[in-house]
Amino acid sequence: MRGLGKYLLWVYAGLVMMFLLIPIVYTIVFSFNDSRRTNIVWRGFTFDNWLTVCNAQDVCSAFGNSVLIAGVSTVLATAMGTAIAIALVRYRFRFRQATTLLLFLPMATPEVVLGAGLAAQFLQIGAQKGLVTIIIAHTMFCISFVVVTVRARVAVLDPALEEAGRDLYGSPFQVFWRVTFPLLLPGITAAALLSFALSFDDFIITNFNAGPEMTFPRFVYTAAARGIPAEANVIASAVFFAAIALVLVSQVRAALKRRRLAIS
Amino acid sequence: MAFGAFQSSAPPGAPVASAQVQRKSPVALWLLLPGVLYLVLFFVTPLFSLVITSFEEPVPGGFMGEFQTGFRWENYVEVVSTYFSHIGRSFLYASLATIFALLLGYPIAYVIGVKLRRYPLAQALSLVLLIAPFFISFLLRTLAWKQIFSDEGFVVATLKTFQLIPSDAYLTGTPFSVVFGLTYMFLPFMALPIYTTLEKLDLRFVEAGGDLYANPFTVFRKITFPLSLPGVISGTLLTFIPATGDYINASRDFLGATDTAMMGNVIEANFLVLQNFPAAAALSLILMASILVLVTIYTRRSGTDELL
Repeated sequence: MRGLGKYLLWVYAGLVMMFLLIPIVYTIVFSFNDSRRTNIVWRGFTFDNWLTVCNAQDVCSAFGNSVLIAGVSTVLATAMGTAIAIALVRYRFRFRQATTLLLFLPMATPEVVLGAGLAAQFLQIGAQKGLVTIIIAHTMFCISFVVVTVRARVAVLDPALEEAGRDLYGSPFQVFWRVTFPLLLPGITAAALLSFALSFDDFIITNFNAGPEMTFPRFVYTAAARGIPAEANVIASAVFFAAIALVLVSQVRAALKRRRLAIS
Repeated sequence: MAFGAFQSSAPPGAPVASAQVQRKSPVALWLLLPGVLYLVLFFVTPLFSLVITSFEEPVPGGFMGEFQTGFRWENYVEVVSTYFSHIGRSFLYASLATIFALLLGYPIAYVIGVKLRRYPLAQALSLVLLIAPFFISFLLRTLAWKQIFSDEGFVVATLKTFQLIPSDAYLTGTPFSVVFGLTYMFLPFMALPIYTTLEKLDLRFVEAGGDLYANPFTVFRKITFPLSLPGVISGTLLTFIPATGDYINASRDFLGATDTAMMGNVIEANFLVLQNFPAAAALSLILMASILVLVTIYTRRSGTDELL
């Protein structure tokens, strides 16, 4: 009975994993579909969609916008979020509770409320919606996630290392760039990647604040009514392969490092 | 995961936690200022904009989308009476999706976090698979389900062949497909925080339970599950909150139909299509307030109010 239970758990977990992966496989497979106008029925294998991605109208410009928006928002959110994370761990200050609440609330607010709120504000001040308003919105919701990610890294950073830097007459600036920053880099990189992914795939907040500007998710959403071109699948699949490669490399490197440390 | 990180103490297992001396210094102000100011400007002020907008009244004789400042509290009464069923559906669908995501996510988090511990490579690879959905457009993934469930699709055909559903039945555009899509979309958000707590679970507690002649079920109920509770709470919140506000799955072009529309759909329609900004603002605030009340009750009930 107990053996059977164990077996069942593995099968169940395997089925859940399949459930998670089916739409990914589906999306990738259909990027190779020899589709003409709509990409719903399988018509045969082809590389054409991959070779002529930018032929479908607006796909590539929407993709370019998404990369630009994600890049700028990531830099802004990572800089501000890292500073907050260091302050939260290292310093005592008044209004700490209020600050943590301010950082927590954006993560506990549904995107549709964040989107509608910003849109209402832009409407009141009469701001023109476009790339800038999208970047403002994305930076806003990324900050909290950066703080959470970097904070964990600051918490395990030994302050004695920075003290040593100061003892050796390093200026605060030197200590930060030569000691603190390199030690925090893995956390900062993780936070930046998370921000980039969140921004790149965001649709709901973007849709409220984009005006006429297209992003990749907006392109997919508007195309959904009349049928998604296979080129959209190509772009999504390419992004997926790049991200998976990045994650696999970092995982393997971390595993190798752990092994080296275990041996020595 | 996300919420635990906001506790005032350093995370458990932090080797130098005791060495973290917090100093008082003006540097803190300069570190905090840009980010805090940014959030005040683009997170707090927009909430006030929503409040102001929600009380606006139409300009007499004005065009569509023209409103002026006022105190028209009837806006709230109107949206609640008009969209009562949408509000109910949002919370019903989100609750169902949260329960299903927990039932699917917990076992997989357990297998990766506990069962695969002896196989680090398999564990690392499974973890990559668990986060893989984040790397591919969620809109395309949802559309993939739409096509799999479509009337000409393989699933409907099979179910009809075995006469499990009547020959005129359909799956897309039903409450089933919307809840299915929500469950799918937020499953990784549920499984990941649970995995993080289970991965740190001290197996000696589990062994001790077995040594004391508890059966596996009792061990799970009395030891494993309570110890993983912080992850379960983070996971359920990370699923429930975005699910109530979601409008992709319930949208007509994705897995829903007109009669499955949720609050997110009517907020979007009122704001971006009908240009009835006060109604959209009032609905947004109702959504946010209800979520905050539910989340507060939930975290109090689970005895973990320090999460906030």
